[in-house]
Amino acid sequence: MKERIDKVRKSLTVVAHLLRKEFLQIFRNKGMLPIMFVMPFIQLIILANAATFDVPEVPFHLQDFDRTALSDRLVKRFTSTGYFKMTGESFRQGNAIGVLTGNRADMVLTIPKDFEQEMMTTGHAQVQLLIDAEDGFTAGVIQGYANDIVTAFNRDLPELLPQLAGTQIVQPVIDIQSRGWYNPELVYIDYMVPGVLVVLVTLIGLFLSGMNVVREKEIGTIDQINVTPIRRWQFITGKLLPFWIIALGELTVGLIIARAIFHVPMLGHYYVIYLVAAIYLLVVLGMGLLISTVTESQQQAMFIAWFFIVIFVLLSGLFTPIQSMPHWAQNLTLANPVRHFVDIMRRVMLKGSNLGDIAKPFGILGLEAVVMLALAVNRYRKTSE
Amino acid sequence: MSPAIQTERLCKQFGTVEALREASLSVAEAELFGLIGADGAGKTTLLRILATLLVPDSGKATMLGLDTVAGYREIRTRIGYMPGRFSLYQDLSVEENLNFFATVFGATVEENYNLIRDIYAQLEPFRKRRAGQLSGGMKQKLALCCALVHRPELLLLDEPTTGVDAVSRQEFWQMLQRLKAQGITILVSTPYMDEAVLCDRVAFMQEGRILAIDTPQGITKLFTRPLFAVRGSDRHKLIAELRSYEHARSAYAFGNSVHYTDARETADPSELASWLRSRGFDDATVERIAPGIEDTFMALMEEKPKELADG
Repeated sequence: MKERIDKVRKSLTVVAHLLRKEFLQIFRNKGMLPIMFVMPFIQLIILANAATFDVPEVPFHLQDFDRTALSDRLVKRFTSTGYFKMTGESFRQGNAIGVLTGNRADMVLTIPKDFEQEMMTTGHAQVQLLIDAEDGFTAGVIQGYANDIVTAFNRDLPELLPQLAGTQIVQPVIDIQSRGWYNPELVYIDYMVPGVLVVLVTLIGLFLSGMNVVREKEIGTIDQINVTPIRRWQFITGKLLPFWIIALGELTVGLIIARAIFHVPMLGHYYVIYLVAAIYLLVVLGMGLLISTVTESQQQAMFIAWFFIVIFVLLSGLFTPIQSMPHWAQNLTLANPVRHFVDIMRRVMLKGSNLGDIAKPFGILGLEAVVMLALAVNRYRKTSE
Repeated sequence: MSPAIQTERLCKQFGTVEALREASLSVAEAELFGLIGADGAGKTTLLRILATLLVPDSGKATMLGLDTVAGYREIRTRIGYMPGRFSLYQDLSVEENLNFFATVFGATVEENYNLIRDIYAQLEPFRKRRAGQLSGGMKQKLALCCALVHRPELLLLDEPTTGVDAVSRQEFWQMLQRLKAQGITILVSTPYMDEAVLCDRVAFMQEGRILAIDTPQGITKLFTRPLFAVRGSDRHKLIAELRSYEHARSAYAFGNSVHYTDARETADPSELASWLRSRGFDDATVERIAPGIEDTFMALMEEKPKELADG
């Protein structure tokens, strides 16, 4: 028994020395330090602010053929909300298309002649909205804004035109009021920051682990390591643990920034996030190690890592909703660890989900961690072919 | 007593290149054994198989009585290997490298310090310096220290003196002699002929084959043909002329003379001298000399390995 303990203690000492060596090298690499500890947070701040779905100040072009008090009221509604900004006005029908194709406006509002007249006599009138739908998403947002404005305008008509009081105006029977839960003001920063944090942790984990072992191959030190009695598990632990610790550290700083700078709410428990991150990082680090074992140079490893990062991020639901992807792509995202972690982060932070709520994606991550590490450990050999 | 290293008909192929062809050799305990051959002769492949980094396609190798494939784990704890390329951590200091390699073997620098003292004494002033900033000779000394720090019974050194200045080379070989005196078996590869004479025994390698194994003195006995040192004013012309001589086997520059080998069993230096004078080399002198190790290696390389086998 005592011998056993002694043996375990000895082999853990070897791991400790490997760790010491890795940390010495990491903190001595003057080129890598800023990349590891400064870049991620610059990225977080830039991405969180830039990557939003808000469409502010839609430039629109006005064609008001009516030029009455009522048409003016309608135009004012558009310009006063802050969603729209008038960039020009014209009175020739044909101009409208030119404005759109020339990218001078994203929407054209056309108010026909006799708009007020029609409204006063019949209680009905029409306006035309031409929306540039080159980007379908933005077009949808613009249409939503415009509909809201026109509906509100409708509702307020009796006040604006007291003459109308006698005529029949169809008041909407059901007044739909929508309210977003969990992110009531639809603050996109709240939505983006948890996801961007995942991308940062992934980048650090995948690139650093992917480059590290292959670097030892490139400079030949792997030969010297391979002839030592270091066991495979000791070497791999020594290689992956430093990046596991660094990535969790970066997650911590990222969470602090999210809270202190972006005021992202945290409705769930931090321990849930750390537990998931701990497992998630095993997937990412295992993958990095796998890349390292199948490549011969840092350049090759870099390209393979990029290839996966791009696919993972684009298919993660971070920027584009998974629900709007084709069916096969939706199925594909089920294997994407980034998707699951982004999902879990958002649910825990914005909805306060607990471990039970996220059991399914967490389970998938756990499974992937086992598979990835097994593959990587199996591929790494202490003899060359 | 069983040999420290034994290989039997080792073969290794990389794609279409046969790096090793039936290489068999045996190294005794506490022997300083040299592998001599040009680049690409198969020295590194042989050393890597012995270091348990490569698995041979066929054949068998044992180190300290252990099979290199089945017993690789124990072999690794008992040998020291120094790859041809400098493979210590350039971003770690001299001291850190040494401590690291000691601890991964479960040893400490202190307990084996007496083994590396002579070598490490020269590195001591630079112990805080990063390994990458050491000179070529210092790097090799550090690599040797790191390979020795766990007190191995056997050392495999792959071209330890390539790219190292003459003084450092000499010092390095003196260290090897001292290690040998402490009972450590050493297998060292080198492309330099002058280092061959410093070994107890040498093996000549070419194109994956072992051409001959003997002591440095014994190996020159394989050279049986008459050898002459020819001196003359225009060496370049002299070599061309000698090669055109009807009995010539080979002629190549050697130091400031030309070493000429005759194809016949016996030859007379005066005969060659008078032929040279008849060709206009009035100042040429011809002198019969005993073959050195380099002459032998050149002769062995020129012969077809088959002829060599036939005797």
